[in-house]
Amino acid sequence: MARSMCWHCQSEVTGEYLCGQCVKVQPLSKDLDYFACFKLPRLLNINTQELERTYYELSRAFHPDFYSTKDESEKTISLGNSAFLNTAYRTIKDPVQRVEYLIRLEAGAVKDIRSNPPADLFEEILELQEDMETFRGLSPEKDSTERAELREKLQRERERLEGRQEEMEKALGAKYQEWDGLQIANADPSEARDQKNGVLRSMQEILSNRTYICNMANELLETTG
Amino acid sequence: MSRIVGIDLGTTNSLIAYMDKGTPRVIPNPEGVAKVPSIVGMTDNGLIVGDSAKAHLTRDPSRTIYSVKRFMGKGLADVTDELKYFPYSLHEKNGVIRIEVGEKTYSPPQVSAMILKELKRRAEEFLKEDISKAVITVPAYFNDSQRQATKDAGMIAGLEVLRIINEPTAAALAYGLDKKTQGIIAIYDLGGGTFDISILKLKDGIFEVLATNGDTHLGGDDFDQCLLDVLVEEIADKHGVQIHEHPDLMQSVRLAAEEAKVQLSSETEATVLVELPNGKYEKTLTRESLEALVMHLVERTLVPCRSALKDAGLRADQIDEVVLVGGSTRMPLVRSKVEGLFAKQPHSELNPDEVVALGAAVQADILGGHNKEILLLDVTPLSLGIETMGGVMSALIRRNTTIPTSAKEMFTTYADGQTSVDIHILQGERELVKDNRSLARFQLKMPPLPAGVPRVEVTFLIDANGILHVTARDIRTSEAQTVQVKPSHGLSDDEVEGMIRDSFEFAEEDIKIRQVIEARTEANAIIIATDKALARASDLISEKEKVEIQRVIGVLGETQKGDDHRLIRAGIAEVEKETHHLAEVLMDATLKEALESKKVSEFVK
Ligand SMILES: Nc1ncnc2c1ncn2[C@@H]1O[C@H](COP(=O)(O)OP(=O)(O)O)[C@@H](O)[C@H]1O
Ligand SMILES: [Mg+2]
Repeated sequence: MARSMCWHCQSEVTGEYLCGQCVKVQPLSKDLDYFACFKLPRLLNINTQELERTYYELSRAFHPDFYSTKDESEKTISLGNSAFLNTAYRTIKDPVQRVEYLIRLEAGAVKDIRSNPPADLFEEILELQEDMETFRGLSPEKDSTERAELREKLQRERERLEGRQEEMEKALGAKYQEWDGLQIANADPSEARDQKNGVLRSMQEILSNRTYICNMANELLETTG
Repeated sequence: MSRIVGIDLGTTNSLIAYMDKGTPRVIPNPEGVAKVPSIVGMTDNGLIVGDSAKAHLTRDPSRTIYSVKRFMGKGLADVTDELKYFPYSLHEKNGVIRIEVGEKTYSPPQVSAMILKELKRRAEEFLKEDISKAVITVPAYFNDSQRQATKDAGMIAGLEVLRIINEPTAAALAYGLDKKTQGIIAIYDLGGGTFDISILKLKDGIFEVLATNGDTHLGGDDFDQCLLDVLVEEIADKHGVQIHEHPDLMQSVRLAAEEAKVQLSSETEATVLVELPNGKYEKTLTRESLEALVMHLVERTLVPCRSALKDAGLRADQIDEVVLVGGSTRMPLVRSKVEGLFAKQPHSELNPDEVVALGAAVQADILGGHNKEILLLDVTPLSLGIETMGGVMSALIRRNTTIPTSAKEMFTTYADGQTSVDIHILQGERELVKDNRSLARFQLKMPPLPAGVPRVEVTFLIDANGILHVTARDIRTSEAQTVQVKPSHGLSDDEVEGMIRDSFEFAEEDIKIRQVIEARTEANAIIIATDKALARASDLISEKEKVEIQRVIGVLGETQKGDDHRLIRAGIAEVEKETHHLAEVLMDATLKEALESKKVSEFVK
């Protein structure tokens, strides 16, 4: 955490979250990113147990339960810090949210990321939408064979999509390795920038396709039950 | 810092607990009973709460309020289905249900406050100190309005509510207090009116809620209702009595149904007996018949359990321990269904009635700064969002997000010079606004600029109580804007203040009752004493005097049956006046006796 002045006694804050002089809790810096919050480098493979440990430790430092007897300013800071910490933890803990957040953080460098699905996926989606429409139109009492067949087809489609989702996650995992390798070898953000941007871009592409597939699979599940 | 108590404000029963040197304890009444039935009776003599009000239920049903928690934070439209079951009339004002009792109307937080006050009084008597701070529990699945209503109830009762805490998490605190418990636990809480399931991870004193789910309208009351419907129909068939037309009988049958249900948890057969105007109705029920009636309800609790597991990303077999909370978990059927789902024998070492209040006391201890080992990380049970174009809800904070948490949203204008934007806040999991819960509305002020230029950032913050706070800031000027949020189903600040004032009036009524009781006690004591004196001094006073004294005693005997403490006091004064001479005579006689005996004793010396 950067050196700063205590909001309360104006002395230089030497402790990590508390003022060394007056022991008041300090607000987290506005520029703090979620990785830095947990003192993590911007890498995608993380030790989740370590993360949890840090999270619990920070929760003990900031949670409003421990500020109930303190004055209003400290209560407000504790509430703000806690809310930030919880959002940071939720984001970093989840592998998909983690990469999405990383891409956002590095977004300055990654323009023109495509957000439309590729043509083949788009066609598939349209076709499935039509089938679901038909299925919903068939009443559960009548048309039983046609309905049962269509249902089976839709369920098969869903399984196929879920399989694809898994593949994509595997591909994403490989990209995590690639990113981490680049980061470790080139610690300075400006080093190997083109290569890094390339990895970010391909991760973004996988992510957006994955979103389409996930949504489709969920919709199929809801339709066929 | 003054003491903070823990309160379980239940649909059916309420309890108050405190921390006694590191051990949470519930506070009993002088008879040793800790459970206070959540029932309020409005009698001619004022308010009665708890067991005495329960007795009132069959005598004066239209003026006895039970299960008021079902109405907390709700509008009339939310309860239309069950209106026919309640013996009192309801209406709605400013989106809040009002309960009509005689001439007066009460909001649900006011009635809850009466229960809280009774608990507070009990604690003050037991601990011999003033109580002004509390932690109050709510079902985990309570929405923002219901939580706010509970907080309002505390304020009306003269309590500073330091924390609203979820019932299942409170139970987990009581269970895991020894810190030995580690791993994943599921808390299954089925009470009278609500059902909650919470899944927690316990590790080194941290209680992290992974997911919670529930049904704020499912509990033992509904089991009673199933049984009640059957009995009512049979009584109509066999005896031709339409129970719906007799609110007092309805309550008798309801209580008989509940009693039979409770009995069937420990026995395999139970008999329902109801006194009807034209005879007795008797029916023997078997445990199987009850189970068949309520099976669908018990199975309904498994749906939220599965959803919570899914949200926590766990399979049922990954749960290390299952804890049962709430009176309805005493039913063998409930136990076996829970055991079936988790493939594990559930725990119930702690009294399922008391464990929530005990946990609230633990949380109170933490807030008081006496326990730095334990930390509870709870979640918000429902997604929070705002209405967007086309009546669709856009979620800002997802359900099961750890609280405190916040989300920011930027707003701008659509027309040139537009000066305000209306924002509608919602809670729920559905796509469309109309299928979710409307929490509140507010108007955001915009600077009169060309369309799309203003930028006002709104922060939605859910605090550790699960209660929403909204703030806004103009990004261009960095100026903060005060936001007047109008709750859809909540009391306004002004209304709450008015109710706090009213509650002092109730306090006056309470004082009146106490005065009557005190005067009565004194009158009885004086009657007994005078009778004794008359017997002793019958030959020391005239017959005329004797008759006069007997007359005033007779009058006092009558007035002390009434409720006017001033009349009773006047009667006491009258007796004192008439017995003045008698007292003197007696005194003289006693003195004489004493002197005589003294002489004797001196002589002996
Ligand atoms: N032995 C029992 N068997 C079945 N139900 C019971 C038993 N004891 C209590 N109950 C039911 O439990 C409910 C009250 O549970 P409680 O946890 O006190 O409720 P709440 O938390 O809603 O106040 C009532 O519906 C009551 O009938
Ligand atoms: Mg309860």
